[in-house]
Amino acid sequence: MAGSEVKVLGTWASPFALRVHIALGIKSVKYEWVEENLEAKSQLLLESNPINKQVPVLIHHHKPICESLAILQYIDEAWPSAPSILPSDPYHRAVARFWAAYIDHKWFTWLKGVASAEGAEAKKAALDQVREGLVVVEEAFGKCSKGKDFFSGDRIGYLDIVLGCFLGWLYVAEKRNDVKLLDEEKMPGLAAWAIKFCLDGAVKNVMPDKDELLDYANMVFQAMAMAKAKLNAPPNY
Amino acid sequence: MAEQKVKLLGFWVSPFVYRVIWALKLKGIDYEYIEEDIFNKSPLLLQLNPIHKKVPVLIHGDRVISESYVIVQYIDETWPHCPLLPQDPYERAMARFWADFAETKLLDTAWLGICARGAEREKAVKLAMEAVEKIEEVVKGKKLFGGESIGYLDICLGWISYWLPVWEEVGSVQIIDPIKFPATSSWMNTLLHLPVIGYNLPARDATIEYCQKRSKDLYESDWFKDKIRLHLHP
Repeated sequence: MAGSEVKVLGTWASPFALRVHIALGIKSVKYEWVEENLEAKSQLLLESNPINKQVPVLIHHHKPICESLAILQYIDEAWPSAPSILPSDPYHRAVARFWAAYIDHKWFTWLKGVASAEGAEAKKAALDQVREGLVVVEEAFGKCSKGKDFFSGDRIGYLDIVLGCFLGWLYVAEKRNDVKLLDEEKMPGLAAWAIKFCLDGAVKNVMPDKDELLDYANMVFQAMAMAKAKLNAPPNY
Repeated sequence: MAEQKVKLLGFWVSPFVYRVIWALKLKGIDYEYIEEDIFNKSPLLLQLNPIHKKVPVLIHGDRVISESYVIVQYIDETWPHCPLLPQDPYERAMARFWADFAETKLLDTAWLGICARGAEREKAVKLAMEAVEKIEEVVKGKKLFGGESIGYLDICLGWISYWLPVWEEVGSVQIIDPIKFPATSSWMNTLLHLPVIGYNLPARDATIEYCQKRSKDLYESDWFKDKIRLHLHP
């Protein structure tokens, strides 16, 4: 199955594309990274993911696979030799899938909500929701890790990758709003996990620099604010 | 482990619960069904699924699993006979992709189309039809998504064959036009004629009555506003 050309279409700032980087790194798979410009999507991206036209896309044996969670599971199955990404036991796999869905569909939606919240009160409510979500995940971490370093135990796995890819953007939200979200006192397990995750061999060379991400985010949000102001500006008669 | 007792917490009309029922029946797994009143949630449900407080919940021995597609994959992996997911990793990835697509792009927008009114209804229905167009291409030339026999994707999308026509009737809309979507219509018909599906469905009249009331109750609710924002004003 392995040994054929592997390509990843992604962007350096995309947490979902980062998941694919990390997973391929865990499996020691060689791949070509294609940096996409989302303002001018390549023909390859539009052909590989005509449904959503989004990154990441993994292309293996000339076949595209889309959606980061489907890609992670594909990588684990296409390169079945250790180390595994998903747990081997069906129940632990179910637990990992459950929390991956919570992180993607609930928690990450709340994190995005911080950026779109308007006014001090809405911002505070959005930030509180992100923090409360992390408290829930802290409890899940305790149960999954059973005292070890990672959700998956001794080494990083599915759930570590699913949450860990958002650490850069969590830092961005903290800096832009001048708050602490990943609080060492409220979430000691996750706080320690985050440091170890970022130092992992499959993560440290591919994780974007968080201050570069912050600069990029500031630029993007400023451009969005300017575009909005232009839209709302009274017409010139 | 496989021989441990299985219980399913469900709600009589939920398409998500039926995914699990169909999977259990296909695998020939005996289970105890526990009906839950989702409008008056039991301490058992709140204890077993404190995060979402929703059905279905599968109890297998001392293990508790929530989220319908997580449960279906758990069933498939714990009882590996009569596999639901394909064996090939690429085909598995496709099944997962399309299950996620139908959930996020069709199920939400179709139900939203029934709950919404005026221009919002029109837009939601249009989005739902665009999603069906894409699903049509996937099922074209196939008897079932799983090929000759029912598989994971048939189970995840099975609600389309029964609940969607009910919603169309309740909302007086048409999302699945058999002339525009012949392959999807044919698949719906094939699925409903499989005993495991056809004999395991909620009563139609009761389902219509429930959906009529529920769609009215959800209008302008927080759920409704969130979904309108997510799908109609992303």
